[in-house]
Amino acid sequence: MELICPAGTPAAFREAVEAGADAVYCGFRDETNARNFPGLNFTREELRQAVAHGHAQGVHTYVALNTFMRAGHEDLWYRAADDAVAAGADAVILADMALMDYVSSTYPDQRLHVSVQASASNVDAIALLVESFGAKRLVLPRVLTVPEIANLARNVDCELEVFAFGGLCVMAEGRCSLSSYVTGQSPNMQGVCSPASHVRYREDGPDMVSELAGFTINRFGKDEPAGYPTLCKGRFHIADDDGYAFEDPVSLDVMEHLDALRSAGVTALKIEGRQRGKAYVAQVVSSLRAALEAPKEARAQKLTQLHRLSEGQRTTAGAYEKKWR
Amino acid sequence: MLLPRPLSLTIDKLPVALVQRVVNQAFHRALQQHPDLFDRLGNEANKRFCFAPTDLDFVFLVHPESKFIHTFRKAAQPRADASIAGPMLTLLALLEGRIDGDAVFFSRSLSVTGDMEAMLALRNALDDCSFDLPRDLAAMAGPLALPFRRIAEVIRHRALKGMA
Repeated sequence: MELICPAGTPAAFREAVEAGADAVYCGFRDETNARNFPGLNFTREELRQAVAHGHAQGVHTYVALNTFMRAGHEDLWYRAADDAVAAGADAVILADMALMDYVSSTYPDQRLHVSVQASASNVDAIALLVESFGAKRLVLPRVLTVPEIANLARNVDCELEVFAFGGLCVMAEGRCSLSSYVTGQSPNMQGVCSPASHVRYREDGPDMVSELAGFTINRFGKDEPAGYPTLCKGRFHIADDDGYAFEDPVSLDVMEHLDALRSAGVTALKIEGRQRGKAYVAQVVSSLRAALEAPKEARAQKLTQLHRLSEGQRTTAGAYEKKWR
Repeated sequence: MLLPRPLSLTIDKLPVALVQRVVNQAFHRALQQHPDLFDRLGNEANKRFCFAPTDLDFVFLVHPESKFIHTFRKAAQPRADASIAGPMLTLLALLEGRIDGDAVFFSRSLSVTGDMEAMLALRNALDDCSFDLPRDLAAMAGPLALPFRRIAEVIRHRALKGMA
């Protein structure tokens, strides 16, 4: 299976290549990708250099253009697609069907991957994207069990990529608007969930309080591991309970299911985290690369350090081993 | 990992003017070595960033646009748009991109307050910069550059091991 690794900066890109990535995915410095964070991402020239560096090392570059085009501003996305193709991107990762149509008709030879943001998770949806736009690969939403993934793989005519490690969203990828209810911005449209401009932290005695757009969304006791300041990972008072209403601050880790995913016919494993630093990229990529190449009994030992990098310093296999009805 | 107590006590006894002189030299030398350091900041370059080592009595205020760094005693509480506080060696490791900022934040080893958009932009700018402080600052030690670099590398190695 291929190892698909994140890069938010050229330095992280180089770390990913060095640590053993088969492909690195990245985006431009604007709202055309779902990690539109301050100081992050690539200029056109940085992308061109990254692609060249990757090719020199036998590593592919995938460019994420995985937000939905704003009416009246479609040119921003079309230009980004033009520039990604011109830079030599080995694939573009798209969510908006109109952008898929533009790329497949303008650049019929360009490899097209369907982003997790497109939220395609059944045979008919995937078949439509393959037949209409020539999609070669689909990144599956993190909502399916391993047997469901295996069933899909048997019945679709494209490669499947699944998230293996990193941040975990509520199970409505590409459809989640929670962030926009409070901040007016969402990952689907502006490429940013709970934008940093709306986040504040304050110390309250030994506690750390996180606020989003003026609303208190969490309070962490002294030395309690923290999470991202997103609404889905906020702690709320509901009836007589205080707790996580949507999901706990926890990261995805499905490396225990590596053999099952391989048997299921999965082509590629994706690491989440373009917003993370190059140290995260280097450590996670090298650990997963070592685990991929290790015999099953030696695998866990290769991954022991990763929980410390995780949100809330905990991991879960999430829906991959769904234990709820 | 905290600075050894005798070392932090010794540093704390230094006059502010002397610390400012050394820090200012190091800051401008780093800017010479990495002239594109603040490119990723965009409009955030006009913000004032405060770095507050929790194991020292000094804080450092940086204004990227005017390329100044100013040293204060902690009690002075200089006004900043965004602040980051944590052990000195953790802040230096972050500066070099040797550890992941989010992971350190999750572990509660550092705290951030103020304008998070500015702080995130600065974090990403630093992370892309490939600082290597022993290498970048060795020349400041003049004829002792090589031993300075070797000692600094040993200290860094031990500090990073302590954070693992």
